[in-house]
Amino acid sequence: MTHNLLFAGVGGQGVVLASEVLALVAAAEGYDVKQGEVHGAAQRGGAVVSHIRFGARVYSPLNLRGQVDVMLAFEKLEAVRHAHYLKPGGVIIVNDHRIEPTYLNTTVKYPDDPIGFMKTKPFRVLTVNATEIARRLGNERVASLVMLGAVSKFIPLKAETWDSVLRQRIPAKFLELNQRAFAEGQRALQ
Amino acid sequence: MTKQLMSGDQALARGVWEAGVVFAASYPGTPATEILESLAHYPDVHAQWSVNEKVAFDEAMGAAIAGVRAFVSVKHVGLNVAADSFMVFPYGGTNAGFVVLSADDPGTHSSQNEQDNRYFAKFAKVPLLEPSDTQEAKDFIPLAYQISDLFATPVLVRVTMRLAHTKGLVEPGARVTFPKKPFVKDNLKWVVPPFAKAHRGPLENKLRALEQYAEECPANYVEKGTGNADYGVITSGVVYQYAREVLPDPDFLKLGMTFPLPKQKILDFCARYDQVYVVEESEPFLEEQIKYWGVRNVVGKERFTNVGELLPEIIAQQIHGTVAPTDFSKEIPTPARPPMLCIGCPHRGTFTSLNRIPGITVTGDIGCYTLGGLPPYNTMNTSFEMGGSIGHAYGFERAGEQKTLAVIGDSTFLHGGIQPLMDAVYNGGKTTVVIMDNRTTGMTGQEDHAGTGKDIHGQPTKKVDYETLCRAIGVEFVKHANAFRPEEVTAAVREAIKFDGPAVVISEGPCVLIPEEKAKPKVAFTVIAEECIACGLCFHTGCPAILTSPETYRASASQKPRPKALIDPNICVGCTLCAAVCPPECIVRVDGKPWGA
Repeated sequence: MTHNLLFAGVGGQGVVLASEVLALVAAAEGYDVKQGEVHGAAQRGGAVVSHIRFGARVYSPLNLRGQVDVMLAFEKLEAVRHAHYLKPGGVIIVNDHRIEPTYLNTTVKYPDDPIGFMKTKPFRVLTVNATEIARRLGNERVASLVMLGAVSKFIPLKAETWDSVLRQRIPAKFLELNQRAFAEGQRALQ
Repeated sequence: MTKQLMSGDQALARGVWEAGVVFAASYPGTPATEILESLAHYPDVHAQWSVNEKVAFDEAMGAAIAGVRAFVSVKHVGLNVAADSFMVFPYGGTNAGFVVLSADDPGTHSSQNEQDNRYFAKFAKVPLLEPSDTQEAKDFIPLAYQISDLFATPVLVRVTMRLAHTKGLVEPGARVTFPKKPFVKDNLKWVVPPFAKAHRGPLENKLRALEQYAEECPANYVEKGTGNADYGVITSGVVYQYAREVLPDPDFLKLGMTFPLPKQKILDFCARYDQVYVVEESEPFLEEQIKYWGVRNVVGKERFTNVGELLPEIIAQQIHGTVAPTDFSKEIPTPARPPMLCIGCPHRGTFTSLNRIPGITVTGDIGCYTLGGLPPYNTMNTSFEMGGSIGHAYGFERAGEQKTLAVIGDSTFLHGGIQPLMDAVYNGGKTTVVIMDNRTTGMTGQEDHAGTGKDIHGQPTKKVDYETLCRAIGVEFVKHANAFRPEEVTAAVREAIKFDGPAVVISEGPCVLIPEEKAKPKVAFTVIAEECIACGLCFHTGCPAILTSPETYRASASQKPRPKALIDPNICVGCTLCAAVCPPECIVRVDGKPWGA
């Protein structure tokens, strides 16, 4: 069985780092893993979407639309943009956080209730206040670890593997903060 | 060794290192950039950024002819720049192993065109390998060098963005090393033009031998499916992974070496099934060759589009008729997040300045500043390829257009801008050129170049002085301006346009993403609301940190109230551009300290 995940957010939110951590955890447990995202022109503030798939043998690095088991959305609008990748009954874990686009090239306004809209679709929508939790911990940037902690409840990967990958991947001086953020994320969906 | 998680580009770099390559060169280009970036961290291989792809190619070619394994990587359009060398190299052949890596970009995620560089292999009569995942990306590089050595030919390895930027598991190997082969002077071989005719026939013989090799090449093999299909599939590259994902049943002929093709193997495979699908992204490169042999039961581009990426759901739909769920996000407003110039980008200042000069036409080039062709600036009026802007401006001038000027980035100027400027001087043009010097190759991720004073390792090196360079080729008007001071840039450009001869303005301001700029403390600016006259000039800079305030202002009772400006202190980096354009000087540092000078 292959586990299909999609991480979506806005450039600068740590989507790529979080995806890489998950990929490393899956690899450390002996799974075949593929993880990829489009990165072109160096920029912040653009939409970022990362595909992570792991299992006994993974072929396509890209998820198919209608195939994703769990989507981790770091921002509400980005959840809407990519939700059609989910399978019916799939899980959306969404950070209840709004990042306004720059309205330089568009007159389309931010939707009023993106989370409510997704609840009209056949998915299980779970909300996490990751950005708020991260601020409370003292650094908004660890919201990505809160999100990762939340999604870890839905993936069959061992706690000790998560811990050892975080130790390898996160610089020592930020490790404790990131570990706390991860733990808060795990608790948030209980 | 245990398997490691690597991107395709990192795996290619690993392969280059394991293959014992001694010299590697490239010019940054997405999605190939990270290959050389990664390779630069390995020992015992000289990795470098060259000024453009042709120079990189020629340098690597020189190293290979002299007797060491050499490597060059390009994005697809980079091979166009190096094509002059690439097309002739096979005539003389190589002494030590030579591999050129092309990273193509189906879907134009970060490119100006879609271009299937597999045709370059056929065009130049050079063998071609197409890895399909990260492990193969690593393994095919040493294989490519084996082929190169065996047949004394350059070899092309082609990947696409999805492989280059996908991380997967790779089992690393050890590096093999070779003593330098002697370079034996042999003008019949290495001085091609007088003997081109003599090389032409033997090149065909080499191809015949390569066809034989392709039949035995371990990269070409039949992979059994579950057996519940009456059709077969021929495929290559990352599309193999897409196809296998959605088609577990049929047998596959998976091709890792796709030029020359293993003709007999393909004919035998096709004879075994009622129908054979050739599943390939972009152009019908395999299909055309197979159909040319008279194979009738092959279906390809009738079903599989050559436009954009050939995603797995498209393959499933075309073979099984399964329809992927539609994108329902448009049922509610979903504003896009288009790419934009960073907050603090110096190009914002240059475009704001140019927009203050009425009646100009601006020919443009390739870089982050290509965004200057989009709202809110709409400053740039042409952009096609690297180094085109200056030639275009000169052409506009000869066509009778008035007040045309070229904008070009520093890295692009060194890549392909010097020669057209020289040409404009030589041919009596009056071309005005604005070099937008942000001290880096911005768009591909801040790589150093010949004008930054640092090499690929960040070590100090010689630095091109643009002014001296321009003067040396005969440009008599050269002025520097601070990109964040529109009055300076505007004055210099106005003067340059009036100047009777080619003129260069160097609009200077560092990219905010280069390490030394990122390390600088940032002090945000703020608007003194009581003093704001809602003139809107700061809005015209197009900076996303400048927001409309709920407060309004009107100069007299007869005027409509207009919104004042507000600065988001969380995202402002204090570049000073808005303050520089503010007439009542009511935009100030949040800490109250003076700015400017």
